Amino acid sequence: MVSIYTLYVVNKSGGLIYSRDFTSVAKVDLNDALRLASIWHSMHAISSQLSPVPGCTGVELLEADTFTLHCFQTLTGTKFLLVVEPNTPYVPALLQRIYEVYSDYVLKNPFYEVEQVIKCELFDEHLELAVRRHNV
Amino acid sequence: MSHLQVPTVSLSAYAYLLSELIQYAVDRANNVQELEDRLDGVGYEVGARLIERISYGERALRRKPEILDILKWIHSTAWPWIFGKPADSLEHAAAAEDEFMLSDFDLLLSRFISVPKAYGGFTAGSLAAGMVRGMLACAGFPARVSAHVIEHRERPKTTLLIKFDPVVMIRQAQLERK
Repeated sequence: MVSIYTLYVVNKSGGLIYSRDFTSVAKVDLNDALRLASIWHSMHAISSQLSPVPGCTGVELLEADTFTLHCFQTLTGTKFLLVVEPNTPYVPALLQRIYEVYSDYVLKNPFYEVEQVIKCELFDEHLELAVRRHNV
Repeated sequence: MSHLQVPTVSLSAYAYLLSELIQYAVDRANNVQELEDRLDGVGYEVGARLIERISYGERALRRKPEILDILKWIHSTAWPWIFGKPADSLEHAAAAEDEFMLSDFDLLLSRFISVPKAYGGFTAGSLAAGMVRGMLACAGFPARVSAHVIEHRERPKTTLLIKFDPVVMIRQAQLERK
């Protein structure tokens, strides 16, 4: 059973700082991923201005035929994008959990520089664990 | 936990402070050894003060002239005070009479830290090593303490290798003769 495809983390200026595929089916080339991340970033910003809903914070969900994209934006503007199989349940909860893992193992790591590419073994490890637990 | 009244602080507040401390040391050190020495130095100061603070809270205050007494005290009284749980093991090195090993599988200091390859061999445990060195020195047991990360089955453990000064060993021998 594969329900979680890919996780992207986009920093507040639209740069891709982390990408991780959880399956081997839907692989995206790194350059394409970088491009997608900045397109999403701009689209997200435009959508929050165009939206007729007052106080809109941007696109949270994109539903396509073959996948669903969930977007979670933190207070600082960092975005977590999760590409999942359509109709996967409890994705917002998983995003919350990923945010928690990120704040624990990335932000508390003295070797990590804010807004830069994430290279933390412990983050990889605990992310893997969170996704595996979600899939069960 | 023991009868000690242990005040607790938020784990996140502590983790961010520790992270800043390490970043500060990273900015001022030229290599891994220097970085560890800096943390060890900070730990020494902390340990020297902590031993007074922790003993003050103990009910029965008494001196600990024997090596094992002070090591057990660090393992099961000081460790819970600092890290919220006793250390996982205290062993006597088989090879050398004056060496002891204090190990912890989930040292609070390293819990959130992934060490990049460029800093190979670095462990935040050096801060704990400094603390133990400070506590031992102030209790009258001058020793060298170093921190190591050892791969152990599934999860790595942090081991503090404690090597006592010859004076301590001579005194211990005299105590045992009596």
